[in-house]
Amino acid sequence: MEAMVAIMIAVLVGTGVYLVLRARTFPVILGITLLSYGVNLFVFISGRLALDQAPIVGRGPATDPLPQALVLTAIVIGFAMTAFLVVLALRGQGETGTDHVDGDADEGGQR
Amino acid sequence: MEHLIIAPILIPAFAGMLLLLEVRERQPLRRLTGLVSALALIPVAVGLYLRAAGGDILVYQLGDWAAPFGIVLVLDKLSALMVLLTSLLALPALIYASRADDKRGANFHALFQLQLMGINGAFLTGDLFNLFVFFEVLLIASYGLALHGRGPARVKAGIHYVVLNLIGSALFLVALGLVYGTTGTLNMADFAVKVRELDGGALELARIAGLLMWVVFGLKAALFPLYFWLPATYANATAGVAALFAIMTKVGVYAIARVQGLAFLDGPLAGLGRDALWVLALLTLLLAAIGVLGARRLGEMVAYLVVMSVGTLMAGLSWGSPEATGAMLYYLIHSTLVCGGLFLLADLVARGRGKLGDQLVAGPAPAGRSGLAALFFLGAIAVIGLPPLSGFMGKVALLQTVPSPLYWLFLLGGGLLALVGMSRAGSTLFWRATGDGRARRLDRPRLAATVLLLSAAPALAIWGEPVLEATVATAAQWAQPGLYIEAVLGGGA
Repeated sequence: MEAMVAIMIAVLVGTGVYLVLRARTFPVILGITLLSYGVNLFVFISGRLALDQAPIVGRGPATDPLPQALVLTAIVIGFAMTAFLVVLALRGQGETGTDHVDGDADEGGQR
Repeated sequence: MEHLIIAPILIPAFAGMLLLLEVRERQPLRRLTGLVSALALIPVAVGLYLRAAGGDILVYQLGDWAAPFGIVLVLDKLSALMVLLTSLLALPALIYASRADDKRGANFHALFQLQLMGINGAFLTGDLFNLFVFFEVLLIASYGLALHGRGPARVKAGIHYVVLNLIGSALFLVALGLVYGTTGTLNMADFAVKVRELDGGALELARIAGLLMWVVFGLKAALFPLYFWLPATYANATAGVAALFAIMTKVGVYAIARVQGLAFLDGPLAGLGRDALWVLALLTLLLAAIGVLGARRLGEMVAYLVVMSVGTLMAGLSWGSPEATGAMLYYLIHSTLVCGGLFLLADLVARGRGKLGDQLVAGPAPAGRSGLAALFFLGAIAVIGLPPLSGFMGKVALLQTVPSPLYWLFLLGGGLLALVGMSRAGSTLFWRATGDGRARRLDRPRLAATVLLLSAAPALAIWGEPVLEATVATAAQWAQPGLYIEAVLGGGA
């Protein structure tokens, strides 16, 4: 299971990095979203993976609840930041007339 | 009195919330709330500093949860010094912005207060994840402030700034995941203890976590090769905001100093990444000096001076001796206040020149030319590091404590390039100007705010010895992580 989760995180981060390097704001936002998914999963498993265990307290051994709390905080913050970035990208489109990340219409940038 | 430690976070937090509740857009009320909060922070910060200066490390346990489990705020000399510096910078910056700049967006004052809350929180916290949260607080407030006032240039710089910092936050989270995965703690003091006991694979993972943190803090501090966002963002921001942002790069420097001082001064990971930071700091210094020479606007020039100060500071910090760190802290106080003042001055100059703004081309003389020229002269001498002002004292202290010919070459060479750049700017703006600018008057509160910040240069020179003694004492405490760990984990019940 560790290998599967690791590959999943690798794919998410890999696609995220690729999209962040694009020249248009929309793929960049998607890339940051994927990147933060990968990172959130990574934080989540820092308390080690466990199956069939109580989430916090209960009978038998419990999983580590702290990474869950951390990842919840990280998700909330990431969500707010992404929302802000979407608005900013729209504003950039409105002010500069292009969705290029440098604000220069099609100067050296390609889709 | 115990609860005073959290006041630098709570005062701006409450003021910020009050400002958000104020929906009827009564600007005088907003200004009053913001200014009262900024003013109240100064006595609080002074009180905290005086308590920390005695040598005790005060720990505040949130919710009274014992140290490694709950979040703690820690007041030692270093954090008290940084909180005091923030409060001294914030008031003039807010006075300046409150003249007119704050009217260009509805929530300027609320964002300004939340920014202060984030900065103070980042300085006071003793928990790595809490540091992440306060970073996000100060960042999201800074996004709003950097974009305050609209305009395509700001949006363009803003997108780069926001995307870069979001990626930085992702890397920070990876580092925190590694920290928790290897040591099972996020408390800085506890991490410092546990990291010394690691070996094998876990030690390597902790090494990666530490290096990732350097990348993230290096991005915040604008260290080469992560400084390219700074000149565009700072030069395009509203003057009061740019002045406040002068402390933002120092948050990154502080975070590196804090984590390094606790976890990586000795033990298996001693001096983690120090050689790399040293080289990068020197490159930052050099490239920023070239940037000063090439700047086409005064605001951009000051932004490169901020980057230059970061290179100077990081080189002093990565030298590693407590004496060098003490000198570095003196230079940090000087460069924050003087660069903040220069941002305000650049805006004062720009106001009197119509469409030309702060571009470095000959044009009409700025209003109140001789007075502004004198201020510019004072600020330039201070920031370049010529005698007799604070920059000179700071640089001499650094040169004495960092006996490396390479550093001397870069620091003095960078100073020379900055001298050429500033002379060119000054002569273009003030000597090759048409008219004498006497017809228009300078706005007095704006001028007062600028003078207040720039007067730090002579003040830090006159009281240079006590200030330097205080920063050296701060660095001596910083170099003994045992004291901090003892205070947080030992007697904090």
